[in-house]
Amino acid sequence: MLRAFAAALRRELRVAARHKGDWLLPPLFYLIVVTLFALGGKPNDPQLAAFAPAVLWVGALLSALLNLDRLFRADFDDGTLEQMFLAPHGPIAVVYAKLSGHWLLGGLPLALLAMPLALQLGVPSAVLGSLLAGLLLGTPMLSLIGGFAAALTVGLPRAAVLLPVLVLPLIGPVVIFGAGAARAAAAGLDAAGPLYLLASLLVLGLCLLPLAATAALRNSFD
Amino acid sequence: MLLLKIPRPRGYAGSIPASGTIAFLPLLSIHSTILSDLLLRTESLSVGRGDRVLLRELTIAVGCGQLVHLRGRNGTGKTSLLEVLAGLRSPVSGKVERTAGGLHWLGHKNALNGDLSVLENLQFWCALQHCDASAIAGALERLGLAKLRHRPCRTLSAGQKRRAALVRLLIAPRPLWLLDEPLAALDAEGLAYVGQMLDEHLQRDGGALVTSHQALPVGRDRLQLLEIG
Repeated sequence: MLRAFAAALRRELRVAARHKGDWLLPPLFYLIVVTLFALGGKPNDPQLAAFAPAVLWVGALLSALLNLDRLFRADFDDGTLEQMFLAPHGPIAVVYAKLSGHWLLGGLPLALLAMPLALQLGVPSAVLGSLLAGLLLGTPMLSLIGGFAAALTVGLPRAAVLLPVLVLPLIGPVVIFGAGAARAAAAGLDAAGPLYLLASLLVLGLCLLPLAATAALRNSFD
Repeated sequence: MLLLKIPRPRGYAGSIPASGTIAFLPLLSIHSTILSDLLLRTESLSVGRGDRVLLRELTIAVGCGQLVHLRGRNGTGKTSLLEVLAGLRSPVSGKVERTAGGLHWLGHKNALNGDLSVLENLQFWCALQHCDASAIAGALERLGLAKLRHRPCRTLSAGQKRRAALVRLLIAPRPLWLLDEPLAALDAEGLAYVGQMLDEHLQRDGGALVTSHQALPVGRDRLQLLEIG
């Protein structure tokens, strides 16, 4: 199973390297959205810094949605999905690899990019650690929940329109705890509580959501 | 309940699990030489798509060294039936029993990522199927794709893509082949390759169920025609 996981992850990275636009687009979109927020507010406005965690989280969420519908689409269209389901160990290793690839190419760059963008919004440097930790724990959840939604809609036409409606309500707790950790740090409180909750959600998501995505992919054949 | 033993034929190894709701019976034994040669058998199988039932109460058996040519008009359910037999979809009702030795599935789609080369696609498939990738070079050579192995699949013609998909049948020997329109887009040379591959497969006691609107390029002695619709 590890061999299939490694091969599938390598394949994801290889395809991404040949389609640089696909994974450069979300960070670029993130940069533009957050910069527009900074430009729209008054310079050195403390209100802007107060809202910064929410802006950074919602921006990351919307950016991660941009290339989500393509997660399983190509494999569904070209028939690779069928071969995945007929593999000796089933498709689960490939599903994990595809979700890992989505985070490595989407969520991780967004989490790292959030640091300079947070400074642009006037977030104190003492809050950056909590913000980064929250994003590093939360962005994999974007990939997991988004992957599940992408699997549910893979056989449907115009899935890209349906995806945000499915993902945004499910991602609510992640945004609440992620932004909450940064807000707590800004208020001088301990941010560990929301971060532990985020970590718990991530463990739960890692165990359950790839299985749910696999079941949803199987339904796409019917 | 009567359980059916379907032994692994000579010349084949490996196994894949059955999937979906299709039952695989690894089974006890039965004293019947006819049944013991089967690679695939259905019992009262009904197949549908959406809320439509396309085929009802179908009984099919594919034995070792036997080729079943499934024919029928467009929309009669040939592809749906093959998908159910492969375990990709659930039947409306009935049962499918398959050999433990594994199967090859070649659908309408070639399962080739257009951004990857032929070789990269096949290497990924080998990793997925836990089979030895060292057989790829010889199989590509045999199907006349050796010079194209580093070409991205999106730059290949439809016939070349079909050949690349057929290479999988040679890389990992499996007793049962389920092929949906394998001759689509192939030229005369490609048809001859498929004929040779099917002949050799049947000689190794393999079995195949093939849908095609064209005549299959194999001898008639082992061919059984199944008309549906």
